[in-house]
Formats: sequence, C-alpha cells, structure tokens
Amino acid sequence: MTTSDNFGYLVEFDNVDDLIAGAERVRDAGYTRWDAHTPFVVHGLDRAMGIKPTKLPFLVLGGGAVGLAGGVGLQWWTNAVNYPFLISGKPLFSLPANIPVAFETTILVAAIMALVGMLGLNRLPQLYHPLFNSSRFRKATDDRFFISVEAVDPKFDADVTRELLEGLDGMLTLEEVQS
Amino acid sequence: MTTRTADLSYLNNTTDDPVGRPPLVLGGRTFGDVTNTVCGIVENPRTPPLWYVFFGLSLSLLGVLGAMIAYLIFTGIGVWGLQSPVGWGWAIVNFVFWVGIGHAGTLISAILFLLRQKWRTSINRFAEAMTIFAVACAGIFPAIHVGRVWVVYWLFPIPNQMSMWPNFRSPLLWDVFAVSTYATVSLLFWYMGMIPDLATIRDRAKHPVRKIAYGILALGWRSSNRHWHRFESAYLLLAALATPLVLSVHSVVSFDFAVSIIPGWHTTIFPPYFVAGAIFSGFAMVVTLIIPTRAIFKLEEIITLRHLENMAKIMLATGMMVGLAYSTEFFMAWYSGNAYEGFTFLNRGFGPYAWAYWIMVSCNVIVPQLFWVKKFRTNVVLLWIASILINVGMWFERFVIVVSSLSRDFLPSSWGYYSPTFVDVLTFVGSFGLFFTLFLLFLRFGPMIGMAEVKGVMPEAHHGRGAHGDYHGDVPTDRDGMIPVKAKREVVQ
Repeated sequence: MTTSDNFGYLVEFDNVDDLIAGAERVRDAGYTRWDAHTPFVVHGLDRAMGIKPTKLPFLVLGGGAVGLAGGVGLQWWTNAVNYPFLISGKPLFSLPANIPVAFETTILVAAIMALVGMLGLNRLPQLYHPLFNSSRFRKATDDRFFISVEAVDPKFDADVTRELLEGLDGMLTLEEVQS
Repeated sequence: MTTRTADLSYLNNTTDDPVGRPPLVLGGRTFGDVTNTVCGIVENPRTPPLWYVFFGLSLSLLGVLGAMIAYLIFTGIGVWGLQSPVGWGWAIVNFVFWVGIGHAGTLISAILFLLRQKWRTSINRFAEAMTIFAVACAGIFPAIHVGRVWVVYWLFPIPNQMSMWPNFRSPLLWDVFAVSTYATVSLLFWYMGMIPDLATIRDRAKHPVRKIAYGILALGWRSSNRHWHRFESAYLLLAALATPLVLSVHSVVSFDFAVSIIPGWHTTIFPPYFVAGAIFSGFAMVVTLIIPTRAIFKLEEIITLRHLENMAKIMLATGMMVGLAYSTEFFMAWYSGNAYEGFTFLNRGFGPYAWAYWIMVSCNVIVPQLFWVKKFRTNVVLLWIASILINVGMWFERFVIVVSSLSRDFLPSSWGYYSPTFVDVLTFVGSFGLFFTLFLLFLRFGPMIGMAEVKGVMPEAHHGRGAHGDYHGDVPTDRDGMIPVKAKREVVQ
C-alpha cells in the first residue's frame, strides 16, 4: 500500500548500541536507499551501514594540484613574462623565492575544495527535506538516533519493511514520513 | 541539568589515574544536558546585563578605532610616531601581536585533532572564533600602514591601470598571501565545524526569524551518517591542511624581518621562534577569555579544570621555547663575532629600551615558571592573572624586536628614539574594541562549544559503552571490551 506521498519510515533509538545493531540488520536485509541520523559521529556506524570510503580526498588532492600550478604560474607569468620585473639583479623567475606563495595557494584551493567538495557530495545546501516534516526528527541533532528507509528503495515494501523495523531491538517509535 | 551541591570538589578532574581516562565532561551529564547547556546560552531571552556592559564598552572602543583610522587616512601617516630611523612602529607590533594570538585556535582545532587530544573538543570552537577575530584585527594594521589606503588593492595581483604586478620576491607580498590564506582557511574550518551545531539551534528554534536565520546557516544539515562520513573526511583533510599552514603563517611573518639585513632581525632562528611565541601568546589569550566566560555562563562542567591545566602546561612548554630563543639570540650575537649583532643585543638588554626588554623577559620567561607547580596550574585566579601578564609580555617582545633594532642600526649618526603618539595608542586600544565586539556577538548568537564534538567524546557515545578505544578510528568493541569476531576478521584483512 505504498502511496506516492509516503517518503518512507523513520525509526527512533535512544542509544548507540541499538542503533548500530539496527543498522546492521537493515544493511543485511539488502536496502540501499536508507540512512542513519545521529547527533554526532558514531564510530563503527559506517561499517554497520556498509558505507564505502568517500572520494573526497582525491578532489582535495586535485584542488591542491590546481592551487600549486596556479601559484607557480601566476608568479612566473606576472614577474617574468607579462611584465619582466628586474629587481636587485635577481633572476626573473627562481623557484626558492616563489615557494611561500605557491605553498599558500596550494593550501587555499585544497581547503576550499574540502568544504565545497564535502557539501557538493552531500548535496547540501538542501533547505527542504521530507524528514523535516517529522517533529520527532528534530531530536536527531540533540540526543536521539534514527534510521530512515526510503519508499523509493527497490526492496521497500510497506508491510515487510515495517515488520523489519518494528522488530529492531531498542526501537522506540516508528513513523511514516510524508513527502 | 544536574543538581549542584555545595561540594564542588567533583569539578576537579586533574588527578591522573593510570588505570582509566579522566572524564572530560563532569556532573554525570547526558547528551541532552550538553545541548541544553550550550543552546541555553544562545536561546536565553534575557541577555545577561553584564553582556550589555561589556558590549557597550567594546562598541565604544570600536568607535575609537574607527575615528583613529579616519583621522589617519584624512591626515597621513605622520599622525603616528614614525620617524627616521624607526619606520615600523606600533602598527607592525600590533599586527604581529594579533596574528600570533590567532595561532592558538588553529593549533587546538587542527594540530591537537591530528594528535587525538580529546580534550580539545570543549575549547576548540571558542579558540577558532578567537583566531578569526584576532586575524581580522591583525589585517587592519598593515592595510592602514600603506599610507594611501585607497590603492591597497595593489598588494594583490589584480590587473590595474599601470599594467604592473606586485613583486613576488618580496617577503611583504608573501605575507599578504600567507595572512589572507590563513584568514580564509580558518573561516572555512570554523564554519564547517559549526554546521551540525547550527542545525541543533535551528531544530530548537521557536521564533520564525531564528528558524529562518539558523536554518539557512545550517544549510539543511540532517545529521545523516552518509553526510557525517564525508564531513569527517573533510574535517580531517582541513586539519591536515591547516597544520602546515599555521606553522607557515608566522614563519612568513618572521621573514618580513629575517630577510632584511637589520642587526637583530637577520637571523635563521626567527621562523621557529616566532611560531613558538605565537602559540604561547595565543594560549594565553584563550585562557584570558575562557576563564571569565566559563564562570559567567556556568560551564565549569564542560570546560573543566583539566582543560585549563592542560593549557597551562602548553604555556609552560612554549614559554620555555621562547626563553630558549632569547638566550640563543644572545649566544649567537656573541658567537658570530659580528660587532653589529653583538651591539644590538647588549643595546636591547641595557640600552634605552632596556625597560621593554626586561618587561618581556619577566612576563614571558619568569611568569610561566609558576606552572611547574600543580597548585598554581589549577588556581583559576592565578592562571588568569598570569595569562594577562603573558599577553603583555608577548606584545613587548614584538615591540623590542621591531623598535630596538630599527632605532639603533649601523650608523650612530642615524640613531633615534621612537615614541608613539596618542593616535598609535588609541588605535591599538581600539583594536581590542573590534576584537571584543565580534567575540561578544559570537558568544550571544553562536554555539560557543562544539556540541557534536563534545558529545562524541562522552563515554555513552561509544559503541559498547566502555570507551575502551580512542575517539577516532577505533575498532568497535562489545560490552565487555572485547573485539567482536566479525570486526576482528576485518582488522586482520
């Protein structure tokens, strides 16, 4: 009886152990469009959910490479090519004098990439989300732990999924979230 | 909230027990208590009257800063005490002083994170905020020192009507890049760490304006573990990037001096000496600010005595490094056999600026020696007074470096004695107005303690409840502290 305005189910826990045990069971049942919501980083939860390592470090590495190339290129082009700048008989382009600025631009672009990349991969900012319709869900940033399973999950079945979630140890409430 | 008893001895968690880790959050608090305590400060409809007193004072000083800058711009650099031979006076002293203060925030948020020092979580947000506001104060001074403020954009590689570019072989330009990168990265790091806590405030907000304002700032954070996974990765990467950055910033600041040929400046010890001094002064400023804040907002159970004691230990260590640098400079001045170097250091200790030199030594080398004694490290009033003396001493360190070397260089015929004018003094005092105005606004409207991080170091946050492992990257254990078979298999692979 999956209706089109059903986003999915939201179950609530009040401690880390029950959350992790619950997450393992949802993972083992083969769901893919589901998530856990915790007020802080719960270690061991990534493994319990079967989350693959993020590719963010490679984006940051790329950002650093762009910053380094940009920093060296900027100094070379401005001081040696576009306006050859002869001062104190120093060479127009010499790496040792260019290291500090190249280092700073490397860090700058890599750091911006870390934040923008993290937000981008997480598809944030996203100011509206169906989960925000649940008033209980507000405790997810305070002291409660949640598992949400989306109705769009290919394995989702209104009755079977509800049965699985209601059977989780330590489950406090189950809510059908409207989208 | 826990019930407070008359016996406050539970607030002392500085005893080391080799069998277990000392608790970092006291008073038997739950996750909800942490949320209520920290959000309570932001949500309290009645601002504490003391806040208005401090804010009014800070705002007045900020006005003084604005007036002094306006006077400087309309009249010219001559309103300062700068004369030949001392062309760098209080403005550069203040710049180095404020940049140095910022370093403690990045040290706490990045380096202590990489070193897995869990106690950092209670104070890192506070210290990061201090960093940003200190760097904002620092940035003003070189910008107004250039004289013609309206062409300050020439410092940046922006195409202009003269078709000229800045000289990238000058340490002053390196400084522009170092400080602006530092300010940007610190701001990103601070904001990113705040997103989950802004979401907490959003979810508790009642007033529609607060809901919208914190809702936008929180970017729609929904505590998703798939998001946390990337968030943690980004946090680690930013910490790894900010660590070399913070060490580079004061190194580059020291190049402003060390790359010149002025006696007393032209030394290779400057980068590490400046970095140690920066961390020293930064921790002193954190302690100066945090002791009244924790008392006023009753945060003794989250910012515990152990946190203060740890900071006293860091001040002792970095103060000793600074003392070592002072004596090394003297030794090298003698050992180099260079007459100008030798004279410069004798002149520092016994010349016309000897008073400044000995204020510096007393505050930076002698005062921290108190912290060898645990009784002094855990005495909040003494710690606070010592931290202020260290701030004073570190300002004088920069004064000694900048002014004593310039006032008596190679030619006795060009010697001089530098005195500041009232504009110098009021501009410096006014910069504290900017600093405290921003700081007080943050205390009132922002999450001054990283709630998500503090909750993460509480014993209940760990799978298996035992808190056997470390905060980050530990193998989950079962209730008896054993590694479950399944996890063991994964570790072996």
